[in-house]
Amino acid sequence: MSEVVHPIPHDGTDTEARPVFAEERRILGLAASSWPGIIAPVVIGIVMLAAWEAVVRIKGIPHYILPGPILIAQTLWSDWGTLSESLWITLRITFAALIAAITVGVSLAIIFTQSKWLEKSLFPYAVILQVTPVVSIAPLIIIWVGDINLSLLICAWIVAFFPILSNTILGLNSADHNLINLFQLYRASRWQTLRYLRLPAALPYFLGGLKISGGLALIGAVVAEFVAGTGGSASGLAYRILESGYRLQIPRMFAALLLISLSGIAIFFLTSWISYLLLRHWHESAIRREN
Amino acid sequence: MAAAAATSSRPLVSIRNVSKQFANGTLAIRGVDLDLRDGEFISLLGPSGCGKSTLLRIIAGLGAPSAGTLDWPTAPHSASGEPQPDLGFVFQDPTLMPWATTLKNVMLPLTLGGVGKGEAEARSAEMLALVGLKGFETSYPRELSGGMKMRVSIARALVTHPKILLMDEPFAALDEITRHKLNDDLLALWWQNRFTAVFVTHSVFESVYLSQRIVVMAARPGRVMADLANAAPYPRDDLFRTSAEYAHLCRVASGTLKQAIAA
Repeated sequence: MSEVVHPIPHDGTDTEARPVFAEERRILGLAASSWPGIIAPVVIGIVMLAAWEAVVRIKGIPHYILPGPILIAQTLWSDWGTLSESLWITLRITFAALIAAITVGVSLAIIFTQSKWLEKSLFPYAVILQVTPVVSIAPLIIIWVGDINLSLLICAWIVAFFPILSNTILGLNSADHNLINLFQLYRASRWQTLRYLRLPAALPYFLGGLKISGGLALIGAVVAEFVAGTGGSASGLAYRILESGYRLQIPRMFAALLLISLSGIAIFFLTSWISYLLLRHWHESAIRREN
Repeated sequence: MAAAAATSSRPLVSIRNVSKQFANGTLAIRGVDLDLRDGEFISLLGPSGCGKSTLLRIIAGLGAPSAGTLDWPTAPHSASGEPQPDLGFVFQDPTLMPWATTLKNVMLPLTLGGVGKGEAEARSAEMLALVGLKGFETSYPRELSGGMKMRVSIARALVTHPKILLMDEPFAALDEITRHKLNDDLLALWWQNRFTAVFVTHSVFESVYLSQRIVVMAARPGRVMADLANAAPYPRDDLFRTSAEYAHLCRVASGTLKQAIAA
């Protein structure tokens, strides 16, 4: 927030009763108060890893039972060629599924809020799709679709799209009632009401759904790949985990697992960052107040 | 203070025998007759539940009356015969779009009406300056105080230069100092632009200070009890607020309101 020069003088009027916003000191671009929240988990992580390494070495646990973090890091380095290829495949499916989830989820939400009957007749099926465990329908999808990548994409999409759909519907229906009246008063068209009122009002809800769906798309992609198993032609991270399990290459299994976790964390930060960028000017969730 | 005589030949809006019953059976207003004349400042004064907000919303076209008619003899009508009066509405809450800047909020009626971006921006900036918010064009509503948000809301309602400005207890949630200031500024805007102002309030003092006509309403069911004229000349200022005339008018209006509550 930059310093604003206020043209209205000290006159005891309502302009002086404006809310006060915090302007925080920044260290390396981050607000000073957010650093403890970053440092504390990092310290815990380092301590845990050190303890893990120590236990593995002192007890002499064989690496095919439990490899130490240093060995895992070494494996990650030496096998980076195959692992990075698998990572790329998994991420591609994840992001394609997320984009499909956003497109279908938002479109359906808009259609549903335009027609109550469509919503009433179709929403239950969206719920059924959501509550059916993807593991149980993945084999069917793989058989029907044939193409393994497309099957994985569909599975990941099924898992990811519901939070976006239901949150966006909630958001589109949460526009301020008086503002809706105001739009009626000015004889706004349906399109204008959607464009200028319902969509902006739905944005925070949509972004909340996006944060959940980002993680779910990754989970969906990985789970579907597990179901497809080594019989599939795809070779994403889940495939690497299965393969390493069969060959007792446990350090490699851990390395692939680590990459999945890191991808999930990266997706979470990405969606949170997008959410912050879009809401920072106006939404309560992105604002700090000094009281 | 005598009952206002119908002087103007063609009222801006003529309300005849209007009733409103909600779906749950509540009779909000019954048999309201009221003529609003061009350029007058009128207050609807009454206790909670007297249907003054309902009446205002019916005038605004938000919800049709269950019985009775509303005539807009001078307003344009749509092809299907619906009146399309030029009106502005100020809600009890500022009702601003939190995601839009002050300027974008004021531009809304123009944008919806298909006015070009450049012209809409210029007219909105001008209107913001008129309500004393020059320099706050790029502020977001959350950065403004309650009084300033209300000013934005008034600027938005007036940016189309409507024939009639409907206000639903707009200053009820503000502190007294801010409320006095906004009352003065509202009167000045009205004096310059001469729109018809309909001001819903439950404050006797506010209604006497602002209006030429005070329509006192009673509750259960909501109905018009009295139509008081207030001939005190404009411009009205702090001198009027402390005058004997003002005190007298307040006493009369207060007495009528008491009868309305007891009725």
